[in-house]
Amino acid sequence: MQNARDLKQYRGELQGALDNDFLRQAMDKFAVAYRTSRTNAFAGMDLEGLIRDIATSKDKAMARMDELLVEFTKNAERMGVTVHVAKTAQEANEIIGRIAQNSGVKRIVKSKSMTAEETLLNHHLEDLGLEVTETDLGEWIIQLRHEGPTHMVMPAIHLSRDQVADLFTNVTGSEQSNDIQKLVKVARRELRAKYVQAEMGISGGNFAVAETGTIALCTNEGNARLVTTLPRVHVALVGLDKLTPTLGDALRVIRALPRNATGQAITSYVSWITGPGECKGAPENKKEMHVVFLDNGRRALAKDPVFSQVLRCVRCGACANVCPVYRLVGGHQLGHIYIGAIGLILTYFYHGREKAKNLVQNCINCGACKAVCVGGIDLPRLIKEVHARIQDEEGHPLQSTLLGKVLKSRKLFHALLRSAKAVQRPVTGGTPYLRHLPMIFAKDQTFRALPAIAETPFRDQFESLRPKVSSPKFRVALFSGCVQDFVYPEQAVAAVKILAKHNVAVDFPMDQSCCGLPVQMMGEREASRSVAAQNVTAFDPASYDYILTLCASCASHLKHGYPDILGKDPKLAVKVQQFADRVIDFSSFVHDVLKVTADEFRPDGEKATYHAPCHLCRGLGVTKAPRELIATGGLDYLPAEEEDVCCGFGGTFSMKFPELSAELLKKKLANAEKTGAKLLLTDCPGCIMQLRGGLEAKGSTLKVQHVAEALADRLK
Amino acid sequence: MSDSLRLADLMATKAGLVSATVARVKSLDEAFAYTLDVCDKKEACQLLPAGCEAELSAGAEALCDTKIGKVIAAPGLDAAATQTLKNMCSESGVTFITEGMRRYLGGIDIGFTIALRGIAETGTVVIDSKSEELRLATMVCEVHVCVVRASDIRETSYDVESDLRALCKDFPAYVAFVTGASRTADIERVLALGVHGPLEMHLLILEDN
Repeated sequence: MQNARDLKQYRGELQGALDNDFLRQAMDKFAVAYRTSRTNAFAGMDLEGLIRDIATSKDKAMARMDELLVEFTKNAERMGVTVHVAKTAQEANEIIGRIAQNSGVKRIVKSKSMTAEETLLNHHLEDLGLEVTETDLGEWIIQLRHEGPTHMVMPAIHLSRDQVADLFTNVTGSEQSNDIQKLVKVARRELRAKYVQAEMGISGGNFAVAETGTIALCTNEGNARLVTTLPRVHVALVGLDKLTPTLGDALRVIRALPRNATGQAITSYVSWITGPGECKGAPENKKEMHVVFLDNGRRALAKDPVFSQVLRCVRCGACANVCPVYRLVGGHQLGHIYIGAIGLILTYFYHGREKAKNLVQNCINCGACKAVCVGGIDLPRLIKEVHARIQDEEGHPLQSTLLGKVLKSRKLFHALLRSAKAVQRPVTGGTPYLRHLPMIFAKDQTFRALPAIAETPFRDQFESLRPKVSSPKFRVALFSGCVQDFVYPEQAVAAVKILAKHNVAVDFPMDQSCCGLPVQMMGEREASRSVAAQNVTAFDPASYDYILTLCASCASHLKHGYPDILGKDPKLAVKVQQFADRVIDFSSFVHDVLKVTADEFRPDGEKATYHAPCHLCRGLGVTKAPRELIATGGLDYLPAEEEDVCCGFGGTFSMKFPELSAELLKKKLANAEKTGAKLLLTDCPGCIMQLRGGLEAKGSTLKVQHVAEALADRLK
Repeated sequence: MSDSLRLADLMATKAGLVSATVARVKSLDEAFAYTLDVCDKKEACQLLPAGCEAELSAGAEALCDTKIGKVIAAPGLDAAATQTLKNMCSESGVTFITEGMRRYLGGIDIGFTIALRGIAETGTVVIDSKSEELRLATMVCEVHVCVVRASDIRETSYDVESDLRALCKDFPAYVAFVTGASRTADIERVLALGVHGPLEMHLLILEDN
């Protein structure tokens, strides 16, 4: 739940979660185990095809939401089901409360429903004097603790067996041991009694199948079967997004949902309920059945050109499972009611700006959620969009407005960088790091040393480096990005050295500026658009075969972000597509296009490990090229654990949430050091800034280089 | 290997992966004998339903007293099979029921069913659960014994789509895909079987071809 007034208070809560050792261990274990079980569960299946099919069919279904509702209602009412549509959460709660009162219900059993969490249904029913018991074990535990879930499918993942034992001791009035198998049996008996007494069962619905009027439920515990069987009244509370045209569409999602949620091939039970069946606990042996559809903004979302894809969500929770931030702080901090990446977005729509405003900033933009989503939802982009909207609605904070203003003018931005260089000597002490930063800048940043501005930016060196080629094999324009231009020009110098050997003509368009990702991350859409337009104009894309960049983050933003930002601008649409089509990262260019071979390098067998930048391995899908290049260059590549997990940089994220950035970095460096390598290589100057800064701060001897530098150093 | 044998093997492997006990039988009578054997050896076939040995609240404790002796429920069988199993139960001193499950909500020993289809890929059985008695029998039992004919096993869930549709169109309908026993991992992600329904699932593949 989000109750923090401002970012400062939210950060305090994050720190509290970071200090919870049990939570940290549980989350770590889960994150690692999940990865393997998911891979095994999808082994031998065409996962990409499945994701595509789910995305397409969900999009089509959501575009026909009203039609499907009519079809479902017709089929369901024919069987004697009462169908209700609630416009708001409050309305849904009132409908369900009225059904209970009209049917003389006193006691209710519930199976798990995120939609009921969304509407805070239990509070409403309890206020009416009804007894409500959650029957999913995890949900029952958190209900007894009066808290919300921390995961959409494992709601009590944050709690230890000791905490559960204490809780059950209170509930039964008898001392309980912390033996998990015994605790589960206690729940079995205690809850069995509740099913027997209840007059009404409330379930959610994974699917509302229009062609047959069927409600389908997936559970492992089987509690939904008892909830929908024993009580004489059954109410299913279902989001309108769960309307599904056919049984086949539901079967398709079921192939993906449990596999993606927990790495199971299928849940223990899938129940297909079509109409009110026999019920020997009811008068006339017939169940009373209601389906309550919840709108709460879903109808409008279905028509939204940007956000309609959030309705593809099947509530598997995988976007939390792989989120490095969720892994650190858990679902109470990385969610309000809906949790994980999808929660950052849905909170804004279902629970409002106030609940979403801090939360939505807590995305490091590593793309792990997008890569795992079975609905193929572009979660990171939508999170940024929500952030931008909230800023447009509430006003932009001073820093982000300033950053936007500065970046919009390349001349101003570069002049500032140059003057920073001129005055930085007192804080660098002649080293490549800012050693004596005044506290106002260095607050919470002691986990890493920040780099100094380079003596001569790359742009000032370029003319003397430009390869002299008469009949070039390729014409390449270099996009350096700000960090390589002004902080680490040696990386770009190394790249040019390799290109020159291969008879490549290189250009460096001088009007290029920051790629704009930092302002995009800060929710400064106007600045982001303006910078993108300047860059596309600075590079006349048709004059080059490739636009090469050594920065993974720039590369993925230029390639995927730009068409999204500028694609609808009639003056730039063609140019931006040409631009994006030509963008290539350094490793892919050298490996796939130049096809460098081992005989070009002097092998020295130096032990090297690798960090896979998020925006390279997931953003661009490049995984093989850099690793093979390390071997081609004559180094000894030692794979590290979790190479593709974020280093914690995330650009402005590391300034906003330094405590999270520091923890991610700590883990990353420990994994790299464990390999025994002398050299840590990567493909992104941003990651290098983070990794090198962290190693410098802890006084490690492990050296960090760009893959380009390692290759150039060994060039014959 | 014939396709039906291959699917039966795949079904057995996949059901085994979700902690189901898998056995092959040649006839329904053999399945009944297997069931009685399980009941005979089963510890909880004593007076106490699972969980009742724990310290419980008064309400939950009360429900524990409702069970008397060993009980097998098999509500979905045809008349001949019902008679056979009934006779076998009475010879063994086991109570046999086909209805009145609401009187046994504290727990029974075995729920016996015959699946309409098997889904080999996931080790799943498709059970027509329209009857409330059958639904309860498979939920309040401690052991669920389910027979699936080898000839009824299909490869994937897509292959049972038309069967599912036919069942749902014959409303009111309640169809269950059941894969293994009732399970949870809600406490520290440790697997525990039998949180609400069966503690064990026995899948009997009837080799009918």
